Amino acid sequence: MKENIEIKVGYASCGIAAGAAEIYERLEQEIEENDYPVSLTKVGCVGMCHNEPLIELENPGGTSFTYGNLEEDDAGRILESHIGKNTSYEDKLIPGKADYDYFSSQQKVVLRNSGIIDPEEIEEYLDRDGYAALGEALDQDGSEIIQLIKDSKLRGRGGAGFPTGVKWSFARDAGSDQKYLICNADEGDPGAFMDRSVIEGDPHALLEGMVIAAHAIGADQGYIYCRAEYPLALKRLSIAIEQARSRDFLGNNILDSGFSFDIDVSKGAGAFVCGEETALMKSIEGERGMPSSRPPYPAQEGLFGQPTNINNVETLASVPWIVRNGAEEYREIGTENSGGTKVFALAGKVERGGLVEVPIGTSLEEIIFDIGNGIEGSKDFKAVQLGGPSGGCLPESQLDTPVDYETLTDAGAIMGSGGMIVMDEDDCMVDVAKYFLDFTQEESCGKCTFCRVGTKRMLEILERITSGEGEKKDLEKLRKLAPKIEEHSLCGLGQTAPNPVLTTLRYFEDEYAKHIEEGSCPAGVCRELITYRIKDDCIGCTTCSQECSVDAIDGESGSRHVINQEKCIQCGTCLEVCPVDAVEVV
Amino acid sequence: MVIKKPETKDIRAELEDYPRERRSLIPILQKVQNEHGYLPRDFMEKVGSYLSILPSKVYSVATFYAQFRFEPLGEHLIKICHGTACHVKGADNVTDTVESELGASMGETTDDGQFTVERVACLGCCSLAPAMMIDDTVYGNLTRDKIRDVLEDFRGEEG
Repeated sequence: MKENIEIKVGYASCGIAAGAAEIYERLEQEIEENDYPVSLTKVGCVGMCHNEPLIELENPGGTSFTYGNLEEDDAGRILESHIGKNTSYEDKLIPGKADYDYFSSQQKVVLRNSGIIDPEEIEEYLDRDGYAALGEALDQDGSEIIQLIKDSKLRGRGGAGFPTGVKWSFARDAGSDQKYLICNADEGDPGAFMDRSVIEGDPHALLEGMVIAAHAIGADQGYIYCRAEYPLALKRLSIAIEQARSRDFLGNNILDSGFSFDIDVSKGAGAFVCGEETALMKSIEGERGMPSSRPPYPAQEGLFGQPTNINNVETLASVPWIVRNGAEEYREIGTENSGGTKVFALAGKVERGGLVEVPIGTSLEEIIFDIGNGIEGSKDFKAVQLGGPSGGCLPESQLDTPVDYETLTDAGAIMGSGGMIVMDEDDCMVDVAKYFLDFTQEESCGKCTFCRVGTKRMLEILERITSGEGEKKDLEKLRKLAPKIEEHSLCGLGQTAPNPVLTTLRYFEDEYAKHIEEGSCPAGVCRELITYRIKDDCIGCTTCSQECSVDAIDGESGSRHVINQEKCIQCGTCLEVCPVDAVEVV
Repeated sequence: MVIKKPETKDIRAELEDYPRERRSLIPILQKVQNEHGYLPRDFMEKVGSYLSILPSKVYSVATFYAQFRFEPLGEHLIKICHGTACHVKGADNVTDTVESELGASMGETTDDGQFTVERVACLGCCSLAPAMMIDDTVYGNLTRDKIRDVLEDFRGEEG
């Protein structure tokens, strides 16, 4: 039996933002001051973002307790209960991994170690069979590994879903002494944080996957292109790379196999388009990150003109598991054409948001309602957005769609990198389409006319519609312009930019029509189409008039207030601050 | 404005860690910005001469990437998240509140040089939406009152 109580603090970016650092410090302080027999560890994302900050406590006897939504003072109380009174601290006790239905339909492959091990300690990764797959892979010929990956039906998790083994074989077959392997960690889709969490929670899984991939294709230099906006991920990567080098998992003559491979980290500089592989390579080369036409494909002529293979974080982090457990076991998890699991960042108006990993083929309904427990509050589900600016919004009628590359594309969305934002009746679909187009229009590199100007024109139409100046012909214009942008853009950014508009038009045309024909926004979002009014219920507390930033609310204390519509900017502050819900949107 | 201009010393010594190759350009610019908060014009020229790249090319690369700035920053940088989750949970209201509390619009620095306000595409803390980041700290589940409290804390520190 262990002597110490073990406490693991969820210490990924989301946890820290929710207050994990303060909890950790308090625990550390209490343990030190009272000389408690406790070992304290920082772990990566546990996946239950809705309960952050959280800790897991394991007794010497092996019983484990999970505490969530913690505040600083809880740290001392939890320790006192367990050590002084030998009981749990009921107030903040939440169901743990074993008995929480949030986890029951999830399956952890990519996130197998996240939230369990200390990502800054290679020993902990090694204790969980880390780098064992590398040892096995180095005994095999590269072509055998590629066959294994082909058999596993692993497909690119960056979104496009190209079969990974096939991609590797292109790079392997390219004739050159110098080849590169790049890991694309430029996770730019708003609403996506899977790759960051994988790196923060289990960086060695990515490195191990990269070394195996490099051995399979014959690359001796690797790059991880990671967003500069991910400081913690970058820090953990550089620690992991140093540790791997010191153990001979990276560098010259890896594990005495004769194979050499090393990894450099390139920090992205905030251009969304650099998630596209040809633009990403330009960026590593020190150029403006503008996409170029293919062919030549990176496998023939990539980084610095040499054959290059590019894979996403999640794809590479799956590789060690496949090597250890076999292609068949991986394939059996997923569907006929697509093996394994997919990680989703579940967020928005869902009750239990977080990082979820499910077998490919799981339905949207299971993810949103069984895992996410449905919509927060008492609102109705309206749509789920997948794939960020390249994806689409699916309505209730499509909730039985299984998450798989083909089925989601047929439904009008895409698998994408894994952002899944749930929307309720208070979200306006025209506004959401405008939001995404505004994003792609801003991020277009400007090379292709249709992407540069076409998205701008579409955005202008949407701005007209949301400000009440839309015309009937506008919908036709959007439908006509969209395929032109798709056809005449060089890279994925432009080719998929119209998607958010097309799917909302497909499933929510009536909402567009209401904006155009009736000049109203049914969800009450588009500022120029809504009016705030104070009802008879007003108690004259003056809160709203004090909070109004443009002094648009008049009224004496104790009597009903009135909004001056000429001054009102529809910011909604009054509705938010009213203590008796006397403000309405019409 | 009380923003201090960095001294335009010779930065060559700092650059020697980087190979004199084109691929060093972005890492060097990131380092310069890290240290000075923005890319002063004469620094860009020096970086160009170290790497044998025309200043216009350096400028062309720097302006392509959203990370790089050409104006000095306020003491604290506020990044308001406009990711999808934040958008549907009221990022516009967060923006309104921050702007009206500080009297500075998006992209601007307050007159006292204390804060610069920026809009970012996504901080990746979607479960805490709406969120913003001040310097290195993320603040989530923002409400009007919470934003005011946070800003007040920063002002108090300086006061």
